[in-house]
Amino acid sequence: MNAAWLPLTALATSLLVVVVIFALPEEARRLRTTINLMAAVVKIILVTLMVRRVAAGHEDIFSFQVIGGVDFVLRSDALGVMFAGLSSLLWLCTTIYAIGYLEGSANRKRFFGFFSLCVASTIGIALADNLFTFLIFYEMLTLSTYPLVVHNGTQQALDAGRVYLRYTLSAGVVLLLGTVLLYSLTGDQSFSSEEGLGDYLNDHRGLLTLIFALLVGGLAVKTAMVPLHGWLPRAMVAPAPVSALLHAVAVVKAGAFGILRVVYDLFGIELSVELGVITALAVAASFTIIYGSLRAIAQEELKPRLAYSTVSQVSYVILGIGLFGPFGTVGALAHLLHQGLMKVTLFFCAGNYAEELGIHRIDEMDGAGKRMPLTSIAFTIGAFGMIGLPPVAGFITKWYLGVGAIQAEMYWVVAVLVASSTLNAMYFLPIVHRLWFRSGPAHGKGSWPKEQRLGRFETHSWLLLPMVFTALVSLGAGLFAGLPFSPLDWAARVANGEYLP
Amino acid sequence: MIWRFGLFDSTFEPLLPTHWALLVALGLPLLLGMLAALFPPKRAWPVVLASVPVLASGLMLLSAYDQAGLLRWHWDIAGVQLSLRLNGLSVLLLLMTQVIGGAAALYTPGYLRLSETGPLARWLWPLMGVVLSALSLIWLATDLLTLYAGLELMGLAAVGMLMLSGKVAALVAGMRYLLLALMGSLTYLLGVALILGHWGRLDLQGLAEVVEPGPVAWFAAALIGAGLALKAALFPLHAWLTPVHENAWTPVSALHAALVIKASLFILLQLWSILLPDAFYAPRVIAWLGLLAIVWGGLLAWRTDSLKTLVASSTVGQLGYLMVAFPLLLGPDIAPLPRALAWEGFWLQLMGHAFAKAAMFMAAGNLILATGESTLKGLAGTSRRLPLSLLVFGIASITLMGLPPSSGFTAKWLLLQAMVISQQWWAVAALLIGTLLTAAYIFRLFRYCFDETAPRHRYQPLAPGMDLIALTLALIAFALGLLAHFPLELMHGGSP
Repeated sequence: MNAAWLPLTALATSLLVVVVIFALPEEARRLRTTINLMAAVVKIILVTLMVRRVAAGHEDIFSFQVIGGVDFVLRSDALGVMFAGLSSLLWLCTTIYAIGYLEGSANRKRFFGFFSLCVASTIGIALADNLFTFLIFYEMLTLSTYPLVVHNGTQQALDAGRVYLRYTLSAGVVLLLGTVLLYSLTGDQSFSSEEGLGDYLNDHRGLLTLIFALLVGGLAVKTAMVPLHGWLPRAMVAPAPVSALLHAVAVVKAGAFGILRVVYDLFGIELSVELGVITALAVAASFTIIYGSLRAIAQEELKPRLAYSTVSQVSYVILGIGLFGPFGTVGALAHLLHQGLMKVTLFFCAGNYAEELGIHRIDEMDGAGKRMPLTSIAFTIGAFGMIGLPPVAGFITKWYLGVGAIQAEMYWVVAVLVASSTLNAMYFLPIVHRLWFRSGPAHGKGSWPKEQRLGRFETHSWLLLPMVFTALVSLGAGLFAGLPFSPLDWAARVANGEYLP
Repeated sequence: MIWRFGLFDSTFEPLLPTHWALLVALGLPLLLGMLAALFPPKRAWPVVLASVPVLASGLMLLSAYDQAGLLRWHWDIAGVQLSLRLNGLSVLLLLMTQVIGGAAALYTPGYLRLSETGPLARWLWPLMGVVLSALSLIWLATDLLTLYAGLELMGLAAVGMLMLSGKVAALVAGMRYLLLALMGSLTYLLGVALILGHWGRLDLQGLAEVVEPGPVAWFAAALIGAGLALKAALFPLHAWLTPVHENAWTPVSALHAALVIKASLFILLQLWSILLPDAFYAPRVIAWLGLLAIVWGGLLAWRTDSLKTLVASSTVGQLGYLMVAFPLLLGPDIAPLPRALAWEGFWLQLMGHAFAKAAMFMAAGNLILATGESTLKGLAGTSRRLPLSLLVFGIASITLMGLPPSSGFTAKWLLLQAMVISQQWWAVAALLIGTLLTAAYIFRLFRYCFDETAPRHRYQPLAPGMDLIALTLALIAFALGLLAHFPLELMHGGSP
C-alpha cells in the first residue's frame, strides 16, 4: 500500500506554517507561537509514522510530472527519513529556543516565517527522490536562509549575507550544470534505482567524472569543505538559533546529505570507487578536518571557534564515505545525526552565555560553571562528544570510522582521526577547564560583561529546556547506541541496504 | 517549425459559441476601454466585473481548442482574404494577455487615486483597451497585413500610454520611443512590401510554401528582423526602454514590459521561421547579441541607483535568454529533441517573465508610492515596514533569477538541456552567467531593504489589493514552474 499523502503532508505541514505565519500580523505573537509549535509536533508525529513504515518495509512515493521526462518525486526511504527525523526533532528544539531568544525583538514574523521555510526545505531535501527534486529544495534552502543570516540588519550581517550568497548561489549554478549534464546523459534517475550509472561507465568515463566533480563541488560549498568554507564563519553574526540551524540542522547537513545521496544512491559506491573519485574525496575531507581544527584553535571568540569546529566535524561524514566499507558508511551516517545533536547543544550553550552573561570571548568564561551549571554541563557533554570521548555520541562515530579505516587498510586515516581528536581536545578542553576550574565573576572576581537575569533558573527556561534536551539526547545516543531506532542502529540499517543486496 | 505556430489547415470548423468568444476576446477590451474613458472607474470592483467576460472568452477558446484542436476562421472582405488561427500557443498567449491585462486594469484605479496623475488619467483606459485588443489580434493573425495592423495599433497606443504622465522627461522619452517605433514599423513594412512584390502573397501559410532561400528572403528577413528587434528592445536596440519606463505609470510599465515587447518577439520568431527556416548565421547572430544582452542588461541593472531602471534593465537581460535560444529553434540540422525542448523553454521563459515582470513593476511601483523615494537607498528599512510589497518583489525575482521551483527555473532547465544536447556550450555559459548577474542585482536591492539602521520615514498607505494583485501575478509565475506540464502539453498538441 502506498501512502502518498505521508511524505506530502510532512512537507506540506511546514510549508503551510510558512504561509500562515506570513499571513498573521506581526503582533499575533501567541497565535504564531502556538501554530509553530503545533506544526513542529505534528511533523515529528508524521516523521515517526514514516520511520515506522520504512522500518516495516514500505516506501511511500508521491510524484507528478513537471515536464517531459522530469518528475517531481518525494519518497520516504531509510536515508531520507533519517535526515527528516533529525531535522524535525531539532526544528522543535530550535523553534522553542528561538522563541525564547528573540523575545521582545523586532521582525519576528519574518524570522519565524523564513525559519519554517528553511526547515520545510530540509524535509524536501530529505525526501527528494531524484536530483531535480533535490535541487529545487536545495536552492529553496539557500534563499530562505538569507533573510535569517542578515536578520540583525547591521552592516556586518549584511556583508555576511552577501558572502553567503556569493558562495551558495555560485555553487547552485555549478550544481545545476552538473544536474542538467546528468539528465542529458541518463534521463531521470531515481535515487531508489538499483542499477546506478554503471552502464554508462565504458562510453562516458570522462563525462561521468566531470558530472561527479560538478555535483560534489557544488554540494561541498554548503558542506563547508576547505577551501569552500569561507561563508560559514562569517555567517556567525546571525542570531544563535540561526547558527544552530545553519550548523546542525539545515545547511551544512543538506550539503553532506547531498553528497551521501550522490555517492550512494546516484552513482553507487562501486562506480564511485571505479571512477577513482572516492579517494580524492577522502583526502579533501581529511584536509578539511585538520585545517578546520587548526583554525578553530586560533579563534578567541566562542562562536567562531564553534564554526570552525563545524567545518572540521562535518567532513567526518565525507571521510566516512571515503573509507568505502560498511563501517565507514555506518560511521558517516551516524555522524550526520550525532554531529547535529552535539553541535546544536553547543550553539544553544553559546547563545545562553551570550544572552545571560554577555559572554562572547573565550577568556570571559572563567568560572561560568558556577553561575550557569546546567548550561555548562551541557557544554561539557557537547565538547566531550566532539572530542570523541565515551560515552557521548561522538565516540561511537569515531570508533566506527577508525574500525572502517583499519578494515580498508587506510592507516593514514587513522592518523588523521588521532590528530584531529587531539586538536579537538586542544580547543575544547581549555574552555571546559575555564568553566569549571578557574575562578571568575561567580567567585567574586571581576564581573560579567553584561549580566541579565532572564528567568527563575540560571536563564530563561525556553532557552534552557531545548539545550538540556539535546544534551541528554547526545548522551543517550552514545549510551544506548545498541538499542533499536538509535541513530547508530538506523545508520546500520541504511548501510546494510547499501552493501547487502 | 511552421506547424508549431499552427500554420496548417484545421480539421474542425469552429462552433457558433466559439465565434462569439473570439469576438469578445478581440473586441471587448477595446469597448470596455472606451466605456471607461467616459465613466472612469474609481474602485476596483467595476473592473473586476468587466474583466470576467473577457477572461471567460479566453477560457472558452481554451476549451474549444482542447476539444477540436486547431481552429481557423476565414473571411473574404472585398476581395481581401482575412484569416485567424487559434492553436495551443496562441490560446496560452491570449490567456496570459487577458490575465496580465486584467491585473493591470485592476491595479489602475487604486494607483490613479493615490498618485497625482492629472486630468489625462482617464485616457489611460481606452489606450489600455487598444493595446489588449491589438495584442489578442497579434497572437491570432495569420497574414502580414493583419500583423502589421496589430503591431501599429499596439505600438501607437503604447506610446500614448507611456506619455500620459505628462512629465517633461516622459514626453521626451515617449517622443523618442514614438520615433523609433515608427522607424521599426517602416522597416517592417519595407520587408512586407518586398515579400508582396516578389511572391505576391501575404498569408503566412501560403508564404511558407512558396518561400525559397535566396537574397529576397534574406533581405526581407533582415528588414523585418531589424524593425521588430527595435520594437522588442532586443540588444543593442534597447536604449529607449529604460527612460520610457523610468517615467511611466506603474500599470503602463507592467503592461509594456510584460506584453508589448513580447508581441514583437513573437512576430519575429514566427516570420523568421517562414523566411529563414534553415539559415545558419542569422539565428546565431541573434544568439550572440543575446549573450551580450544578458551581460549588459545585468550590468546596467547592477550599477543603477534607481529602482525602476533596475527593473527595466533586467528586461533587457531577460530578453537575452530568449535570444540565446534562437539557434536551437531556427537553423539546419537541429535534432527534434533539442528543438522541442528549446521550443518549450522559450515560451515558458517568455510567459514566466511576463507574469514576473508585471508583478515586479507593480511591487516596485508600490514601494515607490509608499516610500515616496525612487532610489534603492530610499528603500532602506522597508523590510520592516512594507513586508508584503517586498515579498512580492522577492517571489517575482525568484522567477527572474531562474531559481527553483519557479517557471524561470523550469524554462532554464529546458533550455539548458537543449543546449547541452546540441553542445552549444557558450549558450550554457550565457544562461549560467545570467543567473549570477541577476542574483547580484536583485540581492543588491535586498541589501538596502534589510538595513535596520536606516532612519524611519512616514509611509503612505497603499490602496487595498494593490499588493495582492501583484502577489497573484508573482505566484502565477512561480507556480508555472512545477505546473509547467499542462501549458507545455497544450503547446505540443495539434500537430498535423
